[in-house]
Parts: sequence; structure tokens; C-alpha cells
Amino acid sequence: MNIVSAPILSIVTFLPLLGVLIIAFLSREADNNNARFAALWTSLVTFGVSLLLWINFDTQNPDFQFVESANWLGPIRYKMGVDGISMLFIILTTFLVPLCILASWDSIKTRVREYMIAFLVLETLMIGVFSALDLVLFYLFFEGGLIPMFLIIGVWGGERRVYASFKFFLYTLLGSVLMLLAVMAIYSTTGTTDIPTLLKTPLPGDLQWWLWLAFFASFAVKVPMWPLHTWLPDAHVEAPTAGSVILAGILLKMGGYGFLRFSLPMFPLASQTFAPLVFTLSVIAIIYTSLVALAQKDIKKLIAYSSVAHMGFVTMGIFTATVQGIDGAIFQMLSHGLVSAALFLCVGVIYDRMHTREIAAFGGLADTMPVYAACFMVFTMANVGLPGTSGFVGEFLTLLAAFKVNTWVAALATTGVVLSAAYALWLYRRVMFGSLDKPALAKLKDINLREMTVLVPLVVLVIYFGVYPAPVLDVTARAVTQLVENYQLAVGAAASVAP
Amino acid sequence: MFEGPQSFAPIIPEIILAIGAMVLLMYGAFRAPSENLGRDVGWFAILLFALTLGYLVLQPASSSFLFHDAFVVDRFARFMKVLVLVGASVALLLSFDYFARAKLMWFEIPVLMVLAVVGMMVMISSNDLITLYVGLELQSLALYVLAAIRRNDLRSSEAGLKYFVLGALSSGMLLYGMSMIYGFAGATGFQKIATAASAGDAGANIGLIIGLVFLLVGLAFKISAVPFHMWTPDVYEGAPTPVTAFFAGAPKVAAMALLVRVLVQAFPGNVSEWQQIIVFLSIMSMLIGAFAAIGQTNIKRLMAYSSIGHIGFALVGLASGSNDGLEAVVIYLAIYMVMTLGAFACILAMRRKDGMVESIDQLAGLSQSNLSMAFLFAMLLFSMAGIPPLAGFFAKFYVFAAAVKAELYPLAVIGVIASVVAAFYYLRIIKVMFFDEASEPFQPAEPYVRFVMWAAGVFVLAYVVVPAPLIDAASAAVRSLRFAPTP
Repeated sequence: MNIVSAPILSIVTFLPLLGVLIIAFLSREADNNNARFAALWTSLVTFGVSLLLWINFDTQNPDFQFVESANWLGPIRYKMGVDGISMLFIILTTFLVPLCILASWDSIKTRVREYMIAFLVLETLMIGVFSALDLVLFYLFFEGGLIPMFLIIGVWGGERRVYASFKFFLYTLLGSVLMLLAVMAIYSTTGTTDIPTLLKTPLPGDLQWWLWLAFFASFAVKVPMWPLHTWLPDAHVEAPTAGSVILAGILLKMGGYGFLRFSLPMFPLASQTFAPLVFTLSVIAIIYTSLVALAQKDIKKLIAYSSVAHMGFVTMGIFTATVQGIDGAIFQMLSHGLVSAALFLCVGVIYDRMHTREIAAFGGLADTMPVYAACFMVFTMANVGLPGTSGFVGEFLTLLAAFKVNTWVAALATTGVVLSAAYALWLYRRVMFGSLDKPALAKLKDINLREMTVLVPLVVLVIYFGVYPAPVLDVTARAVTQLVENYQLAVGAAASVAP
Repeated sequence: MFEGPQSFAPIIPEIILAIGAMVLLMYGAFRAPSENLGRDVGWFAILLFALTLGYLVLQPASSSFLFHDAFVVDRFARFMKVLVLVGASVALLLSFDYFARAKLMWFEIPVLMVLAVVGMMVMISSNDLITLYVGLELQSLALYVLAAIRRNDLRSSEAGLKYFVLGALSSGMLLYGMSMIYGFAGATGFQKIATAASAGDAGANIGLIIGLVFLLVGLAFKISAVPFHMWTPDVYEGAPTPVTAFFAGAPKVAAMALLVRVLVQAFPGNVSEWQQIIVFLSIMSMLIGAFAAIGQTNIKRLMAYSSIGHIGFALVGLASGSNDGLEAVVIYLAIYMVMTLGAFACILAMRRKDGMVESIDQLAGLSQSNLSMAFLFAMLLFSMAGIPPLAGFFAKFYVFAAAVKAELYPLAVIGVIASVVAAFYYLRIIKVMFFDEASEPFQPAEPYVRFVMWAAGVFVLAYVVVPAPLIDAASAAVRSLRFAPTP
């Protein structure tokens, strides 16, 4: 059987919808566990099939692979495909979703079927974002994700869930509709929305400006970059644990992916012009949100702000437009996808037990929950960027690249590393160490088998990628090299034309 | 003068419906009054609509002109007529149980609807100012009566009266504009007006343009574009809900079709003049529709503002004046009509033991008591907000793509921002249904209502899979518009 000829990418993308159908036809009176198992198995099978993609992926080929194309909207075609950059994000998505479903096993008690359906629909849309090779199709998946996420935050969220879900929805929508206009402008200028074609089509310089800004509006909200980040802490705090995991692990990465897939290669001249703006915003994000994180009383909020800071390294790395910087940014996104997801899962563990996220409500947990404390320690270290964890590789590469482009940017961003150590370690001390003087905490049980199953793969991967990052960098290498070469060519050509 | 019976073939749908309406009226008047009379007449009316629809679909694709070019049947007309017929049939279907419960199922209701549909079909096919006016008035008079059909109800009578007074005013404006146009062009046929408008000297042209402005004002009343929208919320709220469902669908489509035809066929050379007016109407409608809906608590009033907003979005396509834009208008109207009918089916399902409820708060926690209805309603609302991958997104996509292509950037930017504001109030309803605590469940919906809800919901969800047929039909319809008549 020739696996490459099957529409394997579409299968991976739409497989979760099969699970949705199964759950939808489960009778309402049926045990909630049926829905849980159906969702878990669907997501695991999806992960399995996505691994087939990974195995059959040709790392030596810089072009799009597993390309599928079908008639859809006249000149706008249904076209899917992956390259080294999107490959990673697809695996990350299919890997995190089963963990999320496991993490929601006991914490979601009401409307379980609907919850699982929303999650699986979200999975389809997220995979679609990373595999779409048509701008309109991409937009469809990109925006469509708002609906399930809005419901996940709003229905299963915390006290201020309505505010948070509206803010999340409207912020993202406002950014995205501007991108939609840019997509239409591209369509009316070039007559196509086919991404591989557009990557080879130079656009006029002054048009690039506007298009870059419109795409920036969308992706900067999604990443999020300072000062458009204010929806994130609210959404993170109010979302259920698994919602926060997906938000931090995948949805934020869509912004970074968008910069890599569209802004940099399609609008190279504008990217060069606006790079200082991005650097400035990134550095502000890194320093300012790290400081804000120091002042937080809520664990989830602290992690949310640290997410903004870490994504600052990503945007900085991308717009250095060097192989190192982009490799670093991709690695940072992957690592942050694992680490922040893991941290939110850890918060979920104690929230399920204590029903509070106040840092002050904890202390001395290392005594009662040693295994948990050990896992949390690994993730804290990775969040700080300690060598030997995955967090180090990305930060190091982006800083190195930034140093070559602009010393000041690199120097200022480095202070962010120090600050991240401060808030992360301080958080760890306040939650885990100290004396166990709160009586409620003394009776806490350590993590059970299910929670262990969720956390251990993440611990292993965080350390594995920290020690041996090559598997990731190998997959992205060709695609990134080609991206940077094309970028340099475009910028060089424009510079030689100008006097 | 006499053109032979075979040349009447294109107008047979109107003839069937007009005669049918008379027959039904006689049948209702001379039949002994009984419980089921209204419903029987209603089913006959739906049968008539179905027959007409079948006839329209099977007609050849070419364009034909009748009565010295006063009446045209082209693909555009056929497409729009199909929409009108579907809208009217569905609204009639939705009305059965409602009126039966209110003990109002009079046979006059279906008869009036058939007459209104005849009017709309004449409007859509009109190729002459006189035909236009006859069709428009036939439609409007039937609609005034329908709005006031609950004559013992204060709000319904108020709605009918308001609709009538403002409608009469707009007809006056329309007539004034038409007389100006006739005075300066010397003809009432659209093609002759087009020739006069492009060839005439500057003085004649200014007269024509002033006439055009009045004509546009009159038509803007009918499509309830801002600033001529004031009647809409009151009429929507006051009229019985199935009648509102009818108002929101078919007449809007017909009036929009008429507007398109007048501008494209009678004033093709004056795009730069009418474009400014349409852009203004469009921007105002989108903004007022979006902002004024935020404060509404009654779902029917909210739908009124929502329809004002939707008309604004459809006008974006018309403003671009290109074939792409007109195609977008046609697609927009088709999708808008399905969404609106679906939403009104949901509103008609908002029923407690002691009668219908119309307040948005009453939807609280619907997702817990009736998940399938909450889900379908939410999908329809997300679609109206233009969120992909639902059908409403494609409607908006095409109008804005046309605007961008025509380089109407400010219009496009204001439009998408208005759509974000509009998303807020749609989200508010979804929030009430999904996030709020459950209140008392509704009575189970009637089969027809449930059928319409599901049909619309499935259309909205599945449109993304097979979008091509509607787009092809729309593009064929628009291409037929640009054909010059045989001299």
C-alpha cells in the first residue's frame, strides 16, 4: 500500500470529526465515560495517523509534501500540504489534544459530551490551520477555531468567563477581519490565493506595507504581542485547564506560524522595514510582561504573562530573518507548547484538589506531593530556560541571532531571561517549599496514575529535546533555509534596484 | 400588438399565481367557514408556489422580453423569483401553527401572501418604470394588510399603520422620481432611459440624476436601508412573528433585485453618480444596524436591526458596480434569506405554556433544556456574524472581495469593523443560550418549525462543502443582466 497516495493529510485533519459524529450519536442518557473514551480514542488514533505523516516526511525536500488539491470555490481551491515548519505544529497539536482530554477526565463534570465535541472540532480546525495551502482555506480554519474556543471558555470556564470569552472572541475577530481584507487584496492583485504560488510571486513594495500591517494585526493579537496581549491573561485564567493548555500550546503558535508562513516570505520588503517595530514590541513584551508576572497572585495569570514574554522571543527570532533566529523561534514555540501546556496542566492538578489558584493558598506542597513537585520542577526549569531543558535551546538560538542583528535588542531581551528565573523560581518556592502550615494542604494526595500519564510524556520530551534538539531542527532545516534564502534574494533584489 | 399566445410563456408563473389568488379568495369566501379553511387555503397556496417554482426552474436559459420590453424574464429574474417563492412558502409553512393557536388562521392570510408574491415577481421582472410601480404597489398593499392582520392587537395595528404611512410616503417619492426621469428621458423603459442618460446633454442629465435620487430614496425605504429604516423595528416587532419572517425574507430580496436591475440596466452609464449614494446607504446601514442592535432586548427588534445591517452588507456588493459585486449581492441575498428564515423558525419555537415569548432573556440556558435548538440557533447566529466556516462567511467574503477589487477600501474597512461590532450582539444571544443558568424549558416546537430550523441549520453548516452550485447560479444570473435587449 502506498501511503503517500492516500489523502493522509485530510484524513488526519478530519478524523476528529468522525469522533464528533460518534459522540453526537451516543444517547444522552449514556454514561459520560462513553463520550470521554470516544474522544480519547479518536484523538489517539489521530495522533497515530499523524505519526505516519512524520515517518513518511522527507526531510531533504524543502517543498510542500502530501499535497492534495480539489475543486472548491472556482479559483480558490481546497489545497492542503505540509513542509518542515507546519509538520512540527501538526504533531504538537495531535500530541497535546489527547493529553487535554485526559486532563479534563474528572475536572469536567457537566455537559461532557458537548465539551468533548467542542474539543475535537477545535482539533480539526487547528490541524487545518497548519496544513492549509490556500489563504481562504487557512482563514476558514483560523477563524473557525474561535467558535469552539469561545464555547469552551464560556461554558466551562471560571467566574468571569463571559467577559473573558467575549474579549477573546472580539479581539481575535477584529484582528482577523483586517487580515481577511488583505487576503482579498492579494486575490484581486494576483488572481490567486494559492500559497505555494504566492510564495514565488513578488508583490509590489507599497502594497506589501499595507498587507503586512493587516496580517500583523491578526497575528500580533494571536501571538499575542504587547500591547495587544490583554485578552490572554483573562482567557487563560477563566478557561478550564485543558482550554488553557490548547490556548497556550497551539492557538498562540498560530500567530508565530502566520508570521513565518505569510509575513516573512510574502512581504519580505515590508518585513525588513517593520523589523525594528517588531523588535521593539518583542523586547517590551519580554521585559514588561515578565515584571507583570512577578506581581501576580494567581498562578494561571502568572503563567499567562510568562507566555507573552516567551512568545516575545519567538517574534524577535522570526524577524531576525536568519536561519538561527527562525530555527530558534520554531524551537521556542515547540518548547513553549510543551512547557506552558505542562505548567497549566500542573496548575489544573492542584486546582482540582483545592479549587483555588491563589499562590498564597499553597505552600509546602513538596512534602505531601513529592512526585508532583518533581514534575513541576522540571517544567519550571524549562520555563526559565535552564540548559538541558527544551526551553534553553530556543531562547539561546533566538538571542544569538538577535545579537548579530542588533546588540541592544539582544542585551535587553537577555534581561528577560533573568526575570523569568525570578518569577518562576519565586512561584516554585511559594507553592512547593516553605512549611506546610495550612491544614487543608496536609491531606492532599499525590498525583494519580491518570495525571502521571499526562505529565510524564511531557517531562520526557522537555528533557529529551533539551539534550538532543536535532530531530526537530532536522525536520525544519530545509524549509527554513529555503525561506531565508528567498527572503535574502527578495531583499537583495530590491536593494540593487534602489539607487 | 398581439404577440400570440406562445409568447406569453415566460409570464405564466405570474398568471398562475394571480388567477390562483383569485380562485383561492373565491373559495375562501364562498366556502362554509370551518376550522381548517385557512390551513387548506394555505396548503393550496404552497402548492401554487411549488408549481410556479417548478415551472421557473424548467424554463429555458435565454432571456425573453414581453409587452414592448416592459417585462423581462432572464436568469437573474428567475433566480430571484425562486428565492422569493422559497421565502414565501417557508414563511407560510411557519405560520400555520402560530395562527391556529392564535385562532387567526384566516384564509385571507395565504391569499394576501400570494398577491404579495405576484407583486414581487412583477417587480423582479420589471423592465419599465410603470411595471416597477405596479409590482411594488401590489406587493406593498398586501404587506400593509398582513402587518395589521391581528387587528385586535394594538401593536399589530400600529405596525400596519406605520408601515402604510411610511410606505405611502416612499411610494410618493418614488413616483416623483419616476416622473422626473420620464420628463428628462422621454421614456419609461429602462433601456431607453439608459440611452438617454448616457447620451443626453448635461442639463438633461442633471434632471435624470435628481430623478434617480428620488427613485433610490423610495427603494431604500423598501429595503430598509439607513436613513430610511425607521419603520423596520416597529413593524418587525408589531407584526405577528410568521409575518415578520415573511417580511424579512422575500420582500427584501425582491426590492434588492429591483434596485439592482434599475441601477444596472437603466443607469449603467452613471455608476459614478449612484455609487456614492449606495456607498453612503451601505455604510450607514452597516453601522446603525450593528450599533443599534446592541441595546435591544426583544429578539424581533434585534432581528430588524440585524436585517438592516445585512442589507448594508449586500449593498457593499452593489456599490462596487462590477459583475463580481452583483454576483456577491445575489449570493448574499440567497444566504441571508436562509439564515433569516432559520432564525425566525427558532424565534417561533420560543413558546411557553402561556404563549410566545420574545425577550432575549427567555432563551437563558436553552442549551441545557433543548440542545439541538440551541445548537442550530447558535450556528445560524454565528453564520449571520460571518464566522467561517459557516455560510454567512462566504456571503460576506464575496461582497468585501468585490469592494476590495473595486478599490473601495474605506467601505471595506468600515464594513468589516461593523461586522465585528455586529458579532458582539449575536454573541450575546449565544451567551444567553449557552452560558446562563437554565430557565423553564420551552414547549416542544411544532414539526414544521423544527423542519425549517434543521434545514436552515444544515444548509449553513454544509454550505462550505459544496459552495459551487450557488456561486455558478449567481454568476449566470448576473451575466444575463448585462445583455442588451433586442432593438
